[in-house]
Amino acid sequence: MRKMTYAQGIKEGMRIKMLENPDVFIFGEDVGQFGGCFGVTAGMYDEFGEKRIRDTPISEGAIIGAAVGSAAAGLRPIAELMFIDFTTVGMDQLVNQAAKMRYMFGGKITLPMVVRLPAGAGVRAAAQHSQSLEAWLTHVPGLKVVYPSSPQDAIGMMMTAIDDDNPVMFIEHKVLYGLTGEVEDEVKPIPFGKANIKKEGNDVTIVTYGKQVYDALKAAETLAKDDIDVEVIDLRSLYPLDKETVFKSIEKTHKVVLVSEETKRGAFTGELAAMIAEECFFECDAPITRVGALNCPIPFSPVLEDYVIPGEKEIVEAVKSLF
Amino acid sequence: MKISNDLVVGMYQKMLKIRKFETKAMNLFAEGKIPGFVHLYLGEEAVATGACANLNDDDYITSTHRGHGHIIAKGGDLKYMMAELFGKETGYCKGKGGSMHIADATKGILGANGIVGAGHNIAVGAGLAAQYRGSQQVCVCFFGDGSTNQSTFHEGLNLASIWKLPVVFVCENNGYGISLSQEKHQNITDISMRAVSYNIPGVTVDGNDVFAVYEAVNEAVSRARKGQGPTLIECKTYRHRGHFEGDPTTYRSTEEVEQWKKKDPIPRIEKYMVDNKVLRDDEIKALHDEIEKQVEEATKFALDSKDPDVASAVEDVYTDIVEEAR
Ligand SMILES: Cc1ncc(C[n+]2csc(CCOP(=O)(O)OP(=O)(O)O)c2C)c(N)n1
Ligand SMILES: [Mg+2]
Repeated sequence: MRKMTYAQGIKEGMRIKMLENPDVFIFGEDVGQFGGCFGVTAGMYDEFGEKRIRDTPISEGAIIGAAVGSAAAGLRPIAELMFIDFTTVGMDQLVNQAAKMRYMFGGKITLPMVVRLPAGAGVRAAAQHSQSLEAWLTHVPGLKVVYPSSPQDAIGMMMTAIDDDNPVMFIEHKVLYGLTGEVEDEVKPIPFGKANIKKEGNDVTIVTYGKQVYDALKAAETLAKDDIDVEVIDLRSLYPLDKETVFKSIEKTHKVVLVSEETKRGAFTGELAAMIAEECFFECDAPITRVGALNCPIPFSPVLEDYVIPGEKEIVEAVKSLF
Repeated sequence: MKISNDLVVGMYQKMLKIRKFETKAMNLFAEGKIPGFVHLYLGEEAVATGACANLNDDDYITSTHRGHGHIIAKGGDLKYMMAELFGKETGYCKGKGGSMHIADATKGILGANGIVGAGHNIAVGAGLAAQYRGSQQVCVCFFGDGSTNQSTFHEGLNLASIWKLPVVFVCENNGYGISLSQEKHQNITDISMRAVSYNIPGVTVDGNDVFAVYEAVNEAVSRARKGQGPTLIECKTYRHRGHFEGDPTTYRSTEEVEQWKKKDPIPRIEKYMVDNKVLRDDEIKALHDEIEKQVEEATKFALDSKDPDVASAVEDVYTDIVEEAR
């Protein structure tokens, strides 16, 4: 075992694949000598050179579009957007092009591309740099959407993302970049569509992903003092989705709380709730419950931001409301 | 062009206000008192000042992530600005915006903006409103060299040119978009040459010379007010600090920074004033003290202000709907 940060895990996953396959390359704003706005690509320019670690102008449409075109032409690009909020600027290339080309062309085109998307609130970056937009992406058929929560998952899922022949939206929570965790010496790709049971429990299931995994684990500790035994599931991959692990857990606990940092209205947790209601309703003996951010943009002021985004406290309250 | 002494002193005061406000913000950030990202305007004071000196209160501006200077130049109040940097309820945006999103609708300030390139098209809309109403208003759109690689730059200038909108596009070419030098992010050195594509006037001026900026924008504003359409003005300048506070700035050399500091716009206008007997040294000193005091008062105002009430988080999303808070 060795220790590394989440940011280093993402880098390690990219490095492994770049060493293996010369068709894998990276581009984005300030990813070169600067090492990326969050330092994820630090050192990679020196290791791989400017052909494979490319700085782009501030042109998100061109960044995503060039990923689409170079993937269609046989390369395996990794495009970095500095913040997930900037997908808005390149949304046509993502939604109308990347997601649909294969289908529209009758399966004749393959797009093995990864788009890295730093997301989430908590760094006082205000409304245009703090969003959680996974529901927009999972809504679009043709995109895979993954969201690792630990350094180990970051490596393994990045390796899988690069090997995948479809556009993969690789969402990273900004607050996790500095998080340190144990990593196995010999890393393996982690297949998509496999959730991770972070903590077993019998009384209630919390389904979550990304940074909220940690809030849920803290909530589970707090709830243990009240004799509530919580199971925490980290989905890791939002599409494809590991329904089986979720349903199995609900069959055991009969209660479920869905947690994300998203604005609650229209959140991905709503899709999860609908899926559970449709396919697992009779296993639930309490309302399917969701925890999310308030329905407003993310405010700047630390007191407001902390209030708007959910944390351990909101999760504990939601769980207790079921008992 | 003859620039009156009053105007010279007025512009000097604005530049000094920006310089001292930004220096204070820099120090407060270093002390850990200001959260989030802070992009300082130090070194670029002449651009916002020279441009806004041509505007009335009801003229519009669009700003950027590096917006403090634009807001001060357009008449923003230091107290409400500083309070916003602290996220206090007395801030311009009640603590919801922070450094990157200050706006003052009463002064025509359509907001600092966290999305690079977003202002180009918003400025077009403000110009459209002025033209539509037949008012004499204009909109000055401030933007960086880096933003000229966004599609919005082309869309905005094209639309403004065919509709002959009263918009003055003021590019602050400080040579970098974060770590990327202009040489690496575009194949041209003078952004003003892009005006050719829209068949509108395009000029490049020394952005550290407040008089040069003033004159170029003056001509553009009078064209705009006469219904003769947009102008593209490129102001070559330099940011003294990193892209944001905390940026190690490894991508530019100390010599380069030192070279540009010699062209610092503030000593330049001070020298002009002394040489031309506009102000004496002691009068300049008095202005320094006076503005320093204003900045200290603004800081005290911010520190003494309360954090916003958490329930206010769900207000201002719509004009007519306020959802329940937690
Ligand atoms: C759409 C978008 N892409 C990227 C960013 C990140 N970003 C913020 S400022 C900046 C550089 C802007 O450069 P320039 O326009 O030259 O302005 P300067 O910072 O030099 O004043 C970048 C890339 C952003 N905020 N918005
Ligand atoms: Mg710039």
